[in-house]
Amino acid sequence: MKKRLLTFVVVVMACAAVAMAQGRRGLRINEVMIVNDSTSVIDDFGRYSAWIELFNSTFAPLEISSVYLTNDSTAPTLYPVPLGDVNTEIPSRQHVIFWVDGEHENGTFHTNFTFTPGQDNYIAIYDADGKSLIDEIVVPGTLKPGQSYARIADGIGAVGDAEAWQVRDGSSQLYITPSSNNQIKSTNPKIENFAKVDASGGAMAIMAMAIVFSALLLLAVCFKIISIIGERSSQRRKARALADTEEAAAAATGHDSGEEIAAIAMALHDHLDAHDRENTVLTINKVRRAYSPWSSKIYSLRQLPDKH
Amino acid sequence: MSFSDFIMQNLTEFWHLTGFYNATWEHLVMLVVGLFFIWLAIKKNFEPMLLVPIGFGILIGNIPFNPTAGLEIGLYEEGSVLNILYNGVSAGWYPPLIFLGIGAMTDFSALIANPKLMLIGAAAQFGIFGAYMVALLLGFAPDQAGAIAIIGGADGPTAIFISSKLAPNLMGAIAVSAYSYMALVPVIQPPIMRLLTTKNERLIKMKPARAVSQNEKIIFPIVGLILTCFVVPSGIPLLGMLFYGNLLRECGVTNRLAKTASNALTDIVTILLGMTVGASTQASEFLTSETIRIFALGFMAFIIASASGVLFVKLFNLFLPKAKKINPLIGNAGVSAVPMSARISNNLGLEYDPSNYLLMHAMGPNVAGVIGSAVAAGVLLGFLA
Repeated sequence: MKKRLLTFVVVVMACAAVAMAQGRRGLRINEVMIVNDSTSVIDDFGRYSAWIELFNSTFAPLEISSVYLTNDSTAPTLYPVPLGDVNTEIPSRQHVIFWVDGEHENGTFHTNFTFTPGQDNYIAIYDADGKSLIDEIVVPGTLKPGQSYARIADGIGAVGDAEAWQVRDGSSQLYITPSSNNQIKSTNPKIENFAKVDASGGAMAIMAMAIVFSALLLLAVCFKIISIIGERSSQRRKARALADTEEAAAAATGHDSGEEIAAIAMALHDHLDAHDRENTVLTINKVRRAYSPWSSKIYSLRQLPDKH
Repeated sequence: MSFSDFIMQNLTEFWHLTGFYNATWEHLVMLVVGLFFIWLAIKKNFEPMLLVPIGFGILIGNIPFNPTAGLEIGLYEEGSVLNILYNGVSAGWYPPLIFLGIGAMTDFSALIANPKLMLIGAAAQFGIFGAYMVALLLGFAPDQAGAIAIIGGADGPTAIFISSKLAPNLMGAIAVSAYSYMALVPVIQPPIMRLLTTKNERLIKMKPARAVSQNEKIIFPIVGLILTCFVVPSGIPLLGMLFYGNLLRECGVTNRLAKTASNALTDIVTILLGMTVGASTQASEFLTSETIRIFALGFMAFIIASASGVLFVKLFNLFLPKAKKINPLIGNAGVSAVPMSARISNNLGLEYDPSNYLLMHAMGPNVAGVIGSAVAAGVLLGFLA
């Protein structure tokens, strides 16, 4: 029993660890500013500092305390995100900003390292073990003050894939969006497409009916096959059972008359001292129940009306 | 301030909080609608399990009060008790629980015994997409049109689930419309069935369905879930719960769970769902020209769905040998109003031939309709959400 319990606990803990690891793999470096001139955001001390925006690309809240931020690939555990800060839980599909000012004594969201303007800057996030890489990117040294380096769309793109990133200069097309979505959507493109291309709804009707029919047809075919297999196996079972009965009947012929069976039963009864008497010890426990008219069903319940 | 002024001021303030002071003609109209639903349920016995909670919910939701008083009593006021209960509708978790109950109380034997009947359930879903096309013509946006069109699936929980995702502002009207027409299935469907069938077709006798083994019944929800959800993953909340409930019922080792899912749990959720859907029809949100259009579209969707099922059977019969012909009176059961529409097929069949019992045959397309409408809902979500 203890062994089973232990196995169960181990399995549950393993599942929890895997689930946690899976969740943290959804953390992404989303936008970076190396030199924050006076056109961008200020930190909680009123200073223009460099920043890294992290994005929770999962659809569940993500606790990031104890993951590591670094700008040095040879020192993956450079800045551990401190424990015990409620703000380190990033809500689903939301962002958080870390100020890269080298002044970690200013709070959880101030790193202990800084960037080097004018040259490539490596940034990475490592999981709590300090070995598992979650995300990394190299910010090009050509990035000018006030420009950011951002994913084209939030969380989209493989780890380290520079193709998914772009330089943003704050213009109307390439806006800088600290703590906000990199792609601002005012409409649902799917719905817009349907409104534009399929104004009559004909395409939707054809596609949707085809899918509904395919799903149910697939189910129907599958169950036709299952029923055929079922019928065949039941026929086989029937045939086998019939053959067994016939064999048994053939074997029984000439043997084991009623007298023989009775004699065997008597012998077994004497030998095993078999009996079917029940244990007649009864235990009577007195059950005390405090009576009160307030808890009595007689006073509190009425028969429900029944419409005939 | 004198003592009498003080009393007068407080009484005046109180008067301004009362329903009598805040009542408008819209409130009174909605109260009459609520009373009408309750009357239909009690006196006419039209789906009392749905219409009593909805009707009473309409009364609750349309008691006039001063919304600026900050009393936190309105359904749409964050943190009010009604708002908390309404979360099951707005966040869409009541419908999957209802589907769990439907799965736990549905015997899919008729469908397993005659799998081709599943196609009738698919054909009837044209009601949804036919209504979608008309809704677009009337000027609704594609997401709103999809939410309204789902009424044609004749499936209240699905309608609520989809409208909560695609058009939350129309949910009250869509839900009430879907449940109203489900209650009116005995009135809406028979004329369509008579109109589209000949007397000879109505007399078709179908062969009794074969007995289905326990193993097949157990395999059905598992294979059903995997196949349908692989095709439409967005249907997982509804189809997953439907098949889960059915497995609880059929596996034979979880009878207690199946009983709870099909009785107590379904009853609890129905009580809350019906009441909160009714209460969501607050006059200010509900009495609009859009609501009238939604009701008209819902009615049309029901007609198209019923007609599609019947016509599909007639078409199907062209390809079937004489001994295997299907009575088109079971075509209407392709909508997922379980088991009302199957009962209507049976009653109409008996009307023309007192020895022609169609109930078990009609249950096949009827439960296929449940699956079909959930798949159709998944398609709409996949395309438009």
